Amino acid sequence: MSDMITNWVPGDDVMVETAIRRGASRRDLLKMMLANGVALAAGGAILGRADRAIAATPVRGGALKAAGWSTSTADTLDPAKASLSTDYVRCCSFYNRLTVLDKSGAPQMELAESIESKDAQTWTVTLRKGVTFHDGKPLTADDVIFSLKRHLDGAVGSKVAKIAAQMTGFKAVDKTTVEITLASPNADLPTILALHHFMIVADGTTDFSKGNGTGAFVRELFEPGVRSVGVRNRNYWKAGPNLDSFEFLAITEDNARVNALLSGDIQLAAAVNPRSIRLIEGKTGFELSKSTAGNYTDLNIRLDMAPGNKKDFVDGMKYLVNREQIVKSALRGFGIAGNDQPVSPANLFHNADLKPKAFDPEKAKFLFQKAGVLGQTIPVVASEAAGSSIDMALIIQAAGAEIGMKLDIQRVPSDGYWNNYWLKAPIHFGNINPRPTPDILFSLLYASEAPWNESKFKSEKFDKMLVEARGLLDPTRRKQIYNDMQVMIAEEAGTIIPAYISSVDAITSRLKGLEANPLGGMMGYAFAEHVWLEA
Amino acid sequence: MRKRIASLVLGRLVIALITAIIVSFVVFFATALLPGDTASILLGQAATPEAVEGLRKAMHLDDPAIFRFLRWILGLLQGDLGTSYANNMPVARLIGGRLVNTLKLAGLTAIISVPLALTLGITAAMLRGTLYDRSVTIATIGIVSVPEFMIATLAVLLFAVYLQWLPAVSFTNEIKSLYDFARTYTMPVVTLTVGVSAQMIRMSRAAVVETLSTPYVEMALLKGASRPRLVLRHALPNALGPIVNAVALSLSYLLGGVIIVETIFNYPGIAKLMVDAVATRDLPLIQTCTIIFCLGYLALITTADIIAILSNPRLR
Repeated sequence: MSDMITNWVPGDDVMVETAIRRGASRRDLLKMMLANGVALAAGGAILGRADRAIAATPVRGGALKAAGWSTSTADTLDPAKASLSTDYVRCCSFYNRLTVLDKSGAPQMELAESIESKDAQTWTVTLRKGVTFHDGKPLTADDVIFSLKRHLDGAVGSKVAKIAAQMTGFKAVDKTTVEITLASPNADLPTILALHHFMIVADGTTDFSKGNGTGAFVRELFEPGVRSVGVRNRNYWKAGPNLDSFEFLAITEDNARVNALLSGDIQLAAAVNPRSIRLIEGKTGFELSKSTAGNYTDLNIRLDMAPGNKKDFVDGMKYLVNREQIVKSALRGFGIAGNDQPVSPANLFHNADLKPKAFDPEKAKFLFQKAGVLGQTIPVVASEAAGSSIDMALIIQAAGAEIGMKLDIQRVPSDGYWNNYWLKAPIHFGNINPRPTPDILFSLLYASEAPWNESKFKSEKFDKMLVEARGLLDPTRRKQIYNDMQVMIAEEAGTIIPAYISSVDAITSRLKGLEANPLGGMMGYAFAEHVWLEA
Repeated sequence: MRKRIASLVLGRLVIALITAIIVSFVVFFATALLPGDTASILLGQAATPEAVEGLRKAMHLDDPAIFRFLRWILGLLQGDLGTSYANNMPVARLIGGRLVNTLKLAGLTAIISVPLALTLGITAAMLRGTLYDRSVTIATIGIVSVPEFMIATLAVLLFAVYLQWLPAVSFTNEIKSLYDFARTYTMPVVTLTVGVSAQMIRMSRAAVVETLSTPYVEMALLKGASRPRLVLRHALPNALGPIVNAVALSLSYLLGGVIIVETIFNYPGIAKLMVDAVATRDLPLIQTCTIIFCLGYLALITTADIIAILSNPRLR
């Protein structure tokens, strides 16, 4: 009897595993399942399955073929120029960073043995000893300085030139010690150095297509727009990798990528869209791996023009958004309900006490009446460009119609959306990629002078807190400030963030060891050196 | 006769050269009209004005576009196809392998589809009005109406996902035996064959039917020529002109227009390369691809014309 569950889909397995990884107890899980209508005895069987998936021991050997979703002749192995998931995956397999983020979002040391600072402005990086590049050259302080300093050179075209600009001084203290000076204190440096762009390359490298790094795989083949193949680095300074070889290509067509997985040609298909998920659910031998890094699509109400200049209207909209339904229908279960602020649950500084606002049409109606907007027709701009925004808009529109609030959904084309509508229309949708620290998110999106201040939120108090928290080395005090800032955004800004969107990778069941990571799908793109293939 | 063909080919070569130059100018201006340049596209979300300026300088994109274009033409005359803006690799190296892939796919498809289509088209015309003719006609019209991506997707679902006989995507670098070769190429070639054959079948049937109704064919019939002789010896030479032109047009499509098949089977051919090049505004790569397509097209059309002239005494 216990195995006779008819409504159980691989998506639910993912949910259980995700909950276990986040530290849910057996009791929590059973409660969660009962809420979803799964019998207790059956619940036990499923938990056993999820536990096994996490606790298995690695197997050495095997060739892995994995496919991402974007590729072009602009593919690069130059970490500074890396711009798409495909580049990140390749860079992670050939190079290492000074630090990496673990699954809780905390920085851990990789090529650095330690990163220390007394004032958050002058940082001392001590490098691991005995690390060599693929060409045999040992890793030294000069390589690190070269790798970091090149982001400041405009001719390199670095994607993180803006973030790197705060690093103003570099000094090689000895062969394995580097001193980095910042323009102003920033306690986040260890997290910033975990960005994929700050991979360490050999001093003086000009031809990056060789992929000469210290990473788990040695480049054997790299054809931009086609594929890359790496073989196990026999001199790797870590214990791994488990795989003998790792091939990465991109299949841009969504269905073709899923079909290639189902036919056994590849073992991992990254970023499967919700429609294709149904093709994989219910098929034995395949699994879904979900990670919620913090990408979100938000509804932006500009506070500097009508109707967003009436606070009651903005508050009313926040109650009109049925977050649970958006997760269930618009995202087909692959998301986490959000609480109108950009720091996702994957982040160390996420304010867990700030609960998503409950769907309350009556309260919304009362607030709309107070603002005097009930009965007016209010335009909302949505587009395919901001993922799932059209579905979200329709859900909000339907809820509005129930209480007599007319929302006119203006569906506009993707092409040119970001230049013509985003940040411009009075009420529109945006889409924001995950960023590793609250400081980067707030500086980019909510500071008074932020370039992408989506709702034109302005607060002097907020700006002051931002600068204060940045230089604080005391984690408790920082967390407190960031918690307060998240509350300010949720209550005062005009950005409604109904959900954090999960990315779903589909894998064959033989592929083990894949975990969620706050830097993005495919284990923060660094899965290749961690996973293994079961025979 | 020889002289005439020689002068025709020579004339065509001159026209081809002029066409290629005009096309490359048109493509150049069209590319210049596209919003953004390689520097801003490569930087994407990180494209602050200073960053774009710096990268533009480093890539020499700050020279006037027309200079860059003329420099590329000068290089071309010396046999240098230039360097890709997007990844700094020589264009010749980027195109090389992929052009070979495209030629392989196009060649295989041509070898299968041309004889198949001509046989079906001509026999259908010979047996006009019979059940055979009607079945061929209905089948070809049906196939012409079904888009390529549909045929390809259905084939993948059936042969790769359910039956697991063939790979869903092409791994052209792993071909080690004839068996691998057949497995990799079967689905793309069949999909393309179905697409291009239908057109050729319709054209060849129509052309032969038309000549069969002319008085001189009736004359041949009256003098007692057998049916095969009537069609092959009397009607076909006169129908060959339109047929080879239809074949040439279909084959030129195989050179540059198979983006859908390349995408669905993840086949690394030249059509996808050209789309990438346009997406990153990579002028040298766009230009080289265009010139290749243009020359391929002209070569096929010229060949078709020569065949038409050779087969038809009135055109000599």
